[in-house]
Amino acid sequence: MQQLTKEHFQPISVDLRQAEQISRPSLSFWADAWRRLKQNKVAMVSMIFLIALIVCAIFVPMMSSNDYFTTDLAGKNKKPSAEHWFGTDDLGRDVFVRIWYGARISLEVGFAAAAIDLVVGVIYGGIAGFYGGKIDEAMMRFADILFAIPYLLVVILLLVVFEPGVGTIILALTLTGWIGMARIVRGQMLQLKQQEYVLAARSLGADDMRVLFKHLVPNSLGPIIVTLSLTVPSAIFAESFLSFIGLGVSAPVASWGTMANEGLPAMKYYPWRLMFPAVFISVTMLAFNLFGDGIRDAVDPRLRK
Amino acid sequence: MFRYLGKRILFMAISLFLIVTSTFFLMHAIPGGPFTSEKKVPEEIKKALEAKYGLDKPLFEQYTDYLVDVIQWDLGPSFTEKSSTVNDMINRGFPVSAHLGLQAIAIAVFGGITLGVIAALKHNKWQDYTGMIIAVLGLSVPSFILATFYQYVFSIELGWFPIAKWESFEYTVLPSLALAASPLAFIARLTRSNMIEVLGQDYIKTAKSKGLSSFVITVKHAIRNALLPVITYLGPLIANVLTGSFVIERIFGIPGLGREFVLSISNRDYTVIMGTTVFYSILLVVLVLLVDLAYTFVDPRIKLAGGGKE
Repeated sequence: MQQLTKEHFQPISVDLRQAEQISRPSLSFWADAWRRLKQNKVAMVSMIFLIALIVCAIFVPMMSSNDYFTTDLAGKNKKPSAEHWFGTDDLGRDVFVRIWYGARISLEVGFAAAAIDLVVGVIYGGIAGFYGGKIDEAMMRFADILFAIPYLLVVILLLVVFEPGVGTIILALTLTGWIGMARIVRGQMLQLKQQEYVLAARSLGADDMRVLFKHLVPNSLGPIIVTLSLTVPSAIFAESFLSFIGLGVSAPVASWGTMANEGLPAMKYYPWRLMFPAVFISVTMLAFNLFGDGIRDAVDPRLRK
Repeated sequence: MFRYLGKRILFMAISLFLIVTSTFFLMHAIPGGPFTSEKKVPEEIKKALEAKYGLDKPLFEQYTDYLVDVIQWDLGPSFTEKSSTVNDMINRGFPVSAHLGLQAIAIAVFGGITLGVIAALKHNKWQDYTGMIIAVLGLSVPSFILATFYQYVFSIELGWFPIAKWESFEYTVLPSLALAASPLAFIARLTRSNMIEVLGQDYIKTAKSKGLSSFVITVKHAIRNALLPVITYLGPLIANVLTGSFVIERIFGIPGLGREFVLSISNRDYTVIMGTTVFYSILLVVLVLLVDLAYTFVDPRIKLAGGGKE
């Protein structure tokens, strides 16, 4: 058996300072989420598509030689051609330009509804969850009662009564739309307000509003963004649904739903009048859904299944 | 239990009261009465008509009358279709809509669960990917576009199914499939993610180590637990199918209540809009309550107290 001598035992010098050193650049939560999102090819393709859609919706109507309202009865129901890329409709209007005007309306409705839901939902849910107790109980009961009223019925009712238009649609969609967001935010508040950093902020003398909007809301941004990314497509869907049953924006402006509705009777003879708006609604919804899924996986990897 | 039930019914009543009230006042806020038309109607006839429908009374009295009528299940006359009342329309249209809706719900539930279970069992294999591509497409393509697509492919091009009308079984196939698409996709995604979670649980390992066959494990242990959250989706599912029926019935020319509702909107037939809205609201609110109650029975872990903890 080998003799163990003293030379066998030598201290390995460990530099304690080295152990404390950070060897990789530290990633903030959002940088990490962005890194994960970039790895998700489907989400990135969707994102590029959506950016292209927004850019085209802004610039195509500005640059095109055709406009969305000029009628040309001699050239109605034309097949797609070099002059009219997506053909013309029953009044001879250029479908290509109308599609991009429709995109403006759809995107406007989607983003505006999401923004209003965000503001109202965060404030309402934040206050309810933060103060808790009686205030929470009363506020959430009120929300429950509103929530029990069937969503699309309220929207339809409001649109029947008020002047149809983009503003009315947005108002009608957000009337009960904020409740989902408020519930999410309230749930987050209930969890987060027990955390130590809230206590720390309090002992440094922060008042309620500061704790709420400087500490609690930024820390629940993850779930808020996930909810938001799914609000946009559902608002776009609701708008096209309403336009399709004849409650959307009025002529000569057209959204995708209106165009699909007008193209429906002519499906057999002039299929492109239905096909283009239909394809645009579907692909846009698909892109928003896939992008939303990507954001959810990136922001909260635990939810990935 | 009874406390919870009482509370729920109370809130339901408040919701319904709010719906009826807001519908009534919204409809009366519209300028012009139901008898304002282009033709000049003699003053006496207009007076007589208004007296017949009680429109000459003060607004508040009309409101209380309407509340009493709704409680007695009398939803008023139709102004454009003179011969029938809203109750007639519901009796005529609702059975058709219910038939279509139930068929769609059945397709959505069975199809969705099957797709979701298959996708979860073959997690990260081609079956999983195909299933989830179908699901995300189903969620993204609005039902009215899917319906016209079906009409184009299966009726005009292939001629397998009739394009419209509502007469025998083959007429119901395309509308039911179109209506079922998005709830089916949602249920498939929900089932899949629940199944994957359940399959990773310890009790599944226990079942495996006892030597149970994988069929028994899947059916007895996994699916049962994975399906619980699907029950909560039944409420939104009913609402989804109901509003979906508005467009589907219009596209396929089905004489249901949904088409009646959309027609009354374009005709601005206010009493019918009001009556159908109230009817739909009552139906939805009651069904959602039943679904919630069913859920608490199926899963005893749910606390009945309601509220409090998230």
